[in-house]
Amino acid sequence: MSALLLVVLGLGGFTLGYFFYSKFISERIFQLDPAFVTPAHAQEDGVDFVPTNRWVLWGHHFTSVAGAAPIVGPAIAVIWGWLPAFLWVVFGTVFFAGIHDAGALWASARNRGKSMGALTESVVGRKARSLFMIVIFLLLLMVNAVFAIIIARLFVDFPSSVIPAWFVIAVALAIGWLLYRRGVALLWPSIIALILLYASMWVGDAFPVALPGAIAGIDVPAQWVLLLFAYAAVASLLPVWMLLQPRDYINGLQLFVGLAIFFVAVILAAPNVVAPAVNSNLPADVPAFFPLLFVTIACGAISGFHGLVSSGTTSKQLDKETDVRFVGFLGATGEGALALAAIIACTAGFATLAEWEGFYQSFTSGGLGAFVQGGGSIIANGLGLPQHFGETLLAVMAVLFAATTMDTGVRLQRYIIQEWGSIYGIHRLTGRYLSTGIAVVACLALAFGAGGGAGTGGLVIWPLFGTTNQLLAALTLLVLSVFLMKLGRRSRFTLVPFLFLITMATWALLVQLRQFWEREQYFLVFLDLVILVATIFVVLESMGALRQAHAARGAERASVGRGGGGTGAGPGS
Amino acid sequence: MRRRISRFLALLREFYDAPHRGALARAKREEDDLFMLLVFSEMMGVPNPASYHTLELLPLLYEEFHEWHVRMGMERSPLDHIRCC
Repeated sequence: MSALLLVVLGLGGFTLGYFFYSKFISERIFQLDPAFVTPAHAQEDGVDFVPTNRWVLWGHHFTSVAGAAPIVGPAIAVIWGWLPAFLWVVFGTVFFAGIHDAGALWASARNRGKSMGALTESVVGRKARSLFMIVIFLLLLMVNAVFAIIIARLFVDFPSSVIPAWFVIAVALAIGWLLYRRGVALLWPSIIALILLYASMWVGDAFPVALPGAIAGIDVPAQWVLLLFAYAAVASLLPVWMLLQPRDYINGLQLFVGLAIFFVAVILAAPNVVAPAVNSNLPADVPAFFPLLFVTIACGAISGFHGLVSSGTTSKQLDKETDVRFVGFLGATGEGALALAAIIACTAGFATLAEWEGFYQSFTSGGLGAFVQGGGSIIANGLGLPQHFGETLLAVMAVLFAATTMDTGVRLQRYIIQEWGSIYGIHRLTGRYLSTGIAVVACLALAFGAGGGAGTGGLVIWPLFGTTNQLLAALTLLVLSVFLMKLGRRSRFTLVPFLFLITMATWALLVQLRQFWEREQYFLVFLDLVILVATIFVVLESMGALRQAHAARGAERASVGRGGGGTGAGPGS
Repeated sequence: MRRRISRFLALLREFYDAPHRGALARAKREEDDLFMLLVFSEMMGVPNPASYHTLELLPLLYEEFHEWHVRMGMERSPLDHIRCC
């Protein structure tokens, strides 16, 4: 089967979803009102609350939610065959992610731009809020640990990516300096930065860099992990304008260019999908795809992280309420497109089924390697470039996504630790150096605790990361459902996805708990239990909140009914 | 055409600026607060060798001083000599 069919079906599905389902949800359920004064106008302060053009807002939203995660998830999940992953990405994006992202944006805009955590407190309760913070912290912890391991692995497997990946930091520093200190206009630095980035890939291709070997018993991937965390700690302490801002920007440009290159290459090369639709020849260690598929692909189908972005920054910049549809639904669709690209790269980029099976010999062995190699050969065939240049291009793309997320992740973790320090009156924790140190040490503990010294088994925690992410998404959908119920609107469009996700997340946790126990990975058993307890609390809290909202609605209906009948009885009668 | 290009460039600039507007503004405010503290240090009993120069800056910081003490949770000016409100 040609991969073009997947492109057409996938993008066609997204388009239909946008034109029909998102229209229905926006008009009937959210009832978006162009006259509503959004927080960006009502509380405009020139800092957080600034009305922003919807294209720019969509650009941000998309680039901050799209990263390495929507590539890694599908790249692992195609081991069950392309069909389950493809269906979950397309339907998940339309019926789960779209309504989740847009809903979080809308609910936050309707509540003075409050973040999801604050919204949870006011809609569900205080306990749920604390839970929210813990889940977010765990999520950041896992994402940093996993991404460090992923980058280390890419550096080892594709040494040509080392030079461009580090060179980008110098380019970012230069842009930051030019714009902030010299007041240079943005256009030329952007163009030159992109040219330099792609030129550095040629250089990297010609001069692959490999670390010499084990030093003091620390082998090469572990050395990269240590180096990456040292970098992330420094990067997260530097002023935002110096590194993070220009780096985010280059990364955003690179995302658009990379996606365009990939889809054009797929159309030109029209490769055949060699992987089976449903894989019947599964390696021994692969768990059943029900429920693991739904947590392995989190970002790209639905991800709780988006709700944080939606409600944290995007909602404060919403110009008109009707932009919710454009920004929220299309932001999710953009990420779905990235996941779709990953599925195609990992299933159609190989010459034969045997070659594909060579990559997918165990549950976590395929992953990004397959994406880079498969996607690289598609780009090479489509655009007439050398095979290894295509590989370098995709490896650098994946490294940059993961590294930018790490920068931000460590910074956010530091903020949370500082916040805990001030809540619990531990003054020393509020200092930036100690809190950054704690964040980095916690991430390293997880990276080595899960992956061992070799840093090779770290992808073991990937499904656990997905589960936590889905748990967060479930929490957001629950808050949305309660909010809709309180407004007297139909809540089944968020309630059904919520029930589905919470079921899959719990089930997946139990499956993994057994797996970790059998493999004697007690650190992961502990982590799994923490998340399981959090899940149980979410379920209990949500049942309470839903019952309350339902009862309140019932009472309201009854009183309306009585009022309509003309026999309204006064209190005390 | 030219208008379109300049509009695109403005949007590009916004794409660069907007995500970090808050973080940058907060960092700037912290620096400004330190500067304010230096300028007003003499009045708070902190000896300042450069007070001859910082005194000249006082009128320029008058409005910001009001904002500063309100933000610091003091409804009225904490300094006897400066009655900004």
